Amino acid sequence: MADFVSGFWNAYVMVLVALSLAFCVFILVSNMGKGKGAQKGEKVELHGHVWDETLAEYNNPLPQWWKYLYWITVFFAIFYVAAYPGFGNVKGFLGWSSKGQYEGEMAKADATYAPIFKKYAEMDLAAVAADPEAQAMGRRLFLTYCAQCHGADARGAKGFPNLADNDWLYGGEPDVIKTTILGGRQGMMPPMGAALGSDGTEDVANYVRSLSGLANDSLRAGRGKELFEQNCAACHGADGKGMHAVGAPNLTDETWLYGSSKATIIETITKGRSNRMPAFEAFLGNDKTHLLAAYVYGLSNKAGAK
Amino acid sequence: MAQQSKHDFIERSVGWMIVLTLLVVSVGGLVEIVPLFFQKSTTTPANEMVKPYDPLRLVGRDVYVREGCYNCHSQMIRPFRAETERYGHYSVAGEFVYDHPFQWGSKRTGPDLARVGGRYSDEWHRVHLINPRDVVPESNMPAFPWLERPVNASDIEDKMRSLNMVGLHKYSDEEIAGAKAALEGKTEMDAVIAYLQGMGLALQNVQ
Repeated sequence: MADFVSGFWNAYVMVLVALSLAFCVFILVSNMGKGKGAQKGEKVELHGHVWDETLAEYNNPLPQWWKYLYWITVFFAIFYVAAYPGFGNVKGFLGWSSKGQYEGEMAKADATYAPIFKKYAEMDLAAVAADPEAQAMGRRLFLTYCAQCHGADARGAKGFPNLADNDWLYGGEPDVIKTTILGGRQGMMPPMGAALGSDGTEDVANYVRSLSGLANDSLRAGRGKELFEQNCAACHGADGKGMHAVGAPNLTDETWLYGSSKATIIETITKGRSNRMPAFEAFLGNDKTHLLAAYVYGLSNKAGAK
Repeated sequence: MAQQSKHDFIERSVGWMIVLTLLVVSVGGLVEIVPLFFQKSTTTPANEMVKPYDPLRLVGRDVYVREGCYNCHSQMIRPFRAETERYGHYSVAGEFVYDHPFQWGSKRTGPDLARVGGRYSDEWHRVHLINPRDVVPESNMPAFPWLERPVNASDIEDKMRSLNMVGLHKYSDEEIAGAKAALEGKTEMDAVIAYLQGMGLALQNVQ
């Protein structure tokens, strides 16, 4: 719909459209009578101009089929301008708009799909996770909205958690997963390089590796233990098992978000880590998120495996 | 030979031929394009969230153009369910009033980016731009590892001043004076990510 800053532009469009239509008709009508066509035995009339001494142009009448096509386009233009928006502010008798068409499409899809989403939204997440049809829907949603970070197989990437291994930063209960998707998460490990110094950092890195039984320098690990308890235990716990409330990873298992090599751990401690899961509530809404949460839960809690 | 017809006259007078041809050819543009410059929906911001680019985003946008991102990424969500389900609210004209030139594009080898802002973390963009395969193994996007270099801040003030001459931009003298400081120590990567993260926030999106 046109919302011109002044009425002038409305009139401007109307006048130009009307004039060009009228001009098209005028061109046709003013040329219709021209050229009678040669009768038997008669010479064809010439157009009246000559090039290169002898080249001239026949003045034959317009072909009938061409004339009819021309009239059809003229009438189509008149119909179009009357039916659809285009003639200044005139909305057209069909009342069509791209926004209206879009809303119609959405309403139709809603009528079809909303009851299905609704059915699952009212079910318990664990029950949805056990429903194969819901899991198939959840998988398609996951591939559209989540796979870019967590991977098509949900196994994540460096810095982006694996969702299929039943190891959780913020907790793996169905409701917690749903909360994470709706509200997002801001993961933040502060840089400790300045506080620990390079020697201290290496000590702590060795201690962290010792927690999960990785090769380490036991002398450094022993020194690192104390530093760990002073600097890291507030989030990762004195035993290094992490804390779901702040998303601090468990350091005693074999799951590593950024990598378990000594160099990577030193980098993590020195520079800190910061990453964010966006909040999807405004975009996806409750019902889709419900299916997604159930899908993610179902990845590591297979139906009937309990 | 015969009398000089109008047809003959137009064909033989190059000047008239040019004038009349231009007139006929320009009608489409005069009716379909010119009035767009005088519509509220195309010349005013869609809402108060649509703001001029700050210096960092401005530089990021120029890097986006320089690297030819528009060759594979559009910035135009059409009003179809298949698009809005994936990308978010369809694009409206009032979102692009500060885009000179706009980056709508028409080719989608990669996904549309009109509402990519907030959809991923900064860290994701960083990893993804250095090597897309690190996060999306099936991606065929080229890597842009050279973006980790300082931005060229030398002409930012001129850029802002020239933008003040077109459209709705009204960068104040203080904003222009502070532009260089805002770019201090930033890399092209920071700039592109800032640009991407600001995209399409004006209408419904991930928060």
